Amino acid sequence: MSLRIFVPRDAGAVAVGADEVALALGRTASKRGVEIEIVRTGSRGLYWLEPLIEVATPQGRVAFGPVTESDANSVLAAMIADGAHPLRLGLTDEIPWLKRQTRLTFARCGVIDPRSVEDYRAHDGYKGLERALTLSSDAILADVTASGLRGRGGAGFPTGIKWKTVAQTSADQKYIVCNADEGDSGTFADRMIMEGDPFVVIEGMTIAGITVGATKGYIYIRSEYPHAIEAMKAAISAAKRAGYLGARIGGSAHSFDLEVRVGAGAYVCGEETSLLESLEGRRGIVRAKPPLPAHKGLFGKPTVINNVLSFAAIPFILAGGAKAYADFGMGRSRGTMPIQLAGNVKYGGLFEVAFGITLGELVDEVGGGTFTGRPVRAVQVGGPLGAYFPRALFDTPFDYEAFTARDGLIGHGGIVVFDDSVDMVKQARFAMEFCAIESCGKCTPCRIGSTRGVETIDKIRAGNRVPENIAVIEDLCNTMKFGSLCALGGFTPYPVMSALKHFREDFGPAPTRLQAAE
Amino acid sequence: MAPVYEPWDATRGAEIIAEHTHLEGATLVILHALQEAFGYVPEPAIPMIAHALNLSRAEVHGVFTFYHDFRHEPAGRHVLKLCRAEACQAAGGDTLAARAEAKLGIAMGNTTADDRVTLEPIYCLGLCATAPSAMLDGRVVGRLDEARIDALVAEAQR
Repeated sequence: MSLRIFVPRDAGAVAVGADEVALALGRTASKRGVEIEIVRTGSRGLYWLEPLIEVATPQGRVAFGPVTESDANSVLAAMIADGAHPLRLGLTDEIPWLKRQTRLTFARCGVIDPRSVEDYRAHDGYKGLERALTLSSDAILADVTASGLRGRGGAGFPTGIKWKTVAQTSADQKYIVCNADEGDSGTFADRMIMEGDPFVVIEGMTIAGITVGATKGYIYIRSEYPHAIEAMKAAISAAKRAGYLGARIGGSAHSFDLEVRVGAGAYVCGEETSLLESLEGRRGIVRAKPPLPAHKGLFGKPTVINNVLSFAAIPFILAGGAKAYADFGMGRSRGTMPIQLAGNVKYGGLFEVAFGITLGELVDEVGGGTFTGRPVRAVQVGGPLGAYFPRALFDTPFDYEAFTARDGLIGHGGIVVFDDSVDMVKQARFAMEFCAIESCGKCTPCRIGSTRGVETIDKIRAGNRVPENIAVIEDLCNTMKFGSLCALGGFTPYPVMSALKHFREDFGPAPTRLQAAE
Repeated sequence: MAPVYEPWDATRGAEIIAEHTHLEGATLVILHALQEAFGYVPEPAIPMIAHALNLSRAEVHGVFTFYHDFRHEPAGRHVLKLCRAEACQAAGGDTLAARAEAKLGIAMGNTTADDRVTLEPIYCLGLCATAPSAMLDGRVVGRLDEARIDALVAEAQR
């Protein structure tokens, strides 16, 4: 009998030794004369347990982790005997951290072989496209709109409305562009889905193409993600071979082609208009809006540009799940959000859940606090442009509007946890410094404001006229927030101002009011 | 494994450029391809790209210099990139970065005098749940601690 063993090929798992574990399993199996089949999957997203490997059993997959190279022999023995092992975690689906999630977008990630169209199809893949091919463009738009899906890149713009605008604009050529320039620190959901279930992104983009009448799509992936680039390229080739990309997809009258393009280390290219410039072969300089990309996008043509997770949510919705998707969530935030717990967190990873869960539940219950064991002091939500939240705001529900109401943003769903050793002035300075490094230079508030911000925070750190310089920072942030062309300059004030507001004590002595003479 | 690059050769450069001129918006693709072959983008390639794509030299130079990835000169034999973004900072990345700088005797963004190691910051490898993280010549490493960073530096120096 041959054992089927699943070892992730996800970059996060590879970074902690998954490749070595796979090799060691092969060696020890041949030494024992046992036949095994190793399937390289994506990650389940339980990163503190990576490398997490699984074996197929009649009861379901059984997980072991974190497995090192030197554990391979004993783990294989436990797999063969179906016996006990200190690293045995039981049935994967019963692991509480996984069981508590609502995995709609990430249902297949870590489960299937990301190189195999057949495996994707065997796990409900391409059902959304198959149904979409039987529908009119209007009917697809109705489903996307009914699902309540909003752009998962951070801006939260309703996907249905964006698609409808492109569908209604007539042009000889339209484009679908997938923004896979996931530059926010603390986020890795795009990377995970591209490495673990690339076909779901392809399927989502293909549905977008047939809906709006676009025949060509680009996936712009950042160069820092070599594993994701490889996975997407392999999946595109496989989809072409299987007739799911190219001319007459799935035997229909529609054509759709996809190409991967690689970024070159510019954070600002995650901003959609800057990304389009970069795709056109130019410097990643932000464009003024309007015109919207939906009217004049890539090469001046109507373009749907969405985040990886937005496209990845589409196949479930089109496979008849629009209402089911909309039934999850709260307020105007419908469906699920793949949340990423990162930084100094005990149980870090990918946690897909309906909107509405509170920040405190996510950090303390799901994340288990810090791995250093020290108290959580601050969390940054939404990447380098997101606000720092203190414990006092941990009752904030994960919802676009609730975070906005508290001067924050959910962004791309990343949460970075800091313990009480964090120096919030240093973090505020970093936000300004990062903006200065990455500014495209087009608008003055961002280009100059960020550099002045670094200088001014340095003065504050040196104890130089602290109250006056804090007033300068507040004024500067106000100018950047309202005067910048895009979110880089416009949102850098969020981490800076939240650090100042919630962690004022780190910025030096509070201003003492002049006392009237007795 | 240190990557192996070809020495600059104008004929070979022209071939690489010609392979990609049919693409829409080919400039970045060509710059990447040249760097993959030669380890950097040699200056003489800029007017060649401009000519092939019917652009001005200034336009191509602008693109070349805008992006952090493109190298103006060859890097050291090994390139060690340390993630310096927030998630890695929260997990103790600052101390480890300072340690690597001290071990190599260079500041971030520089190459050792013997041309063996280039040490660079990188802003997020997407390995934020196994932070702090690094990349040595394209190989990713997570959960860095003092012992692991020392081993990585030693490997890069070999």
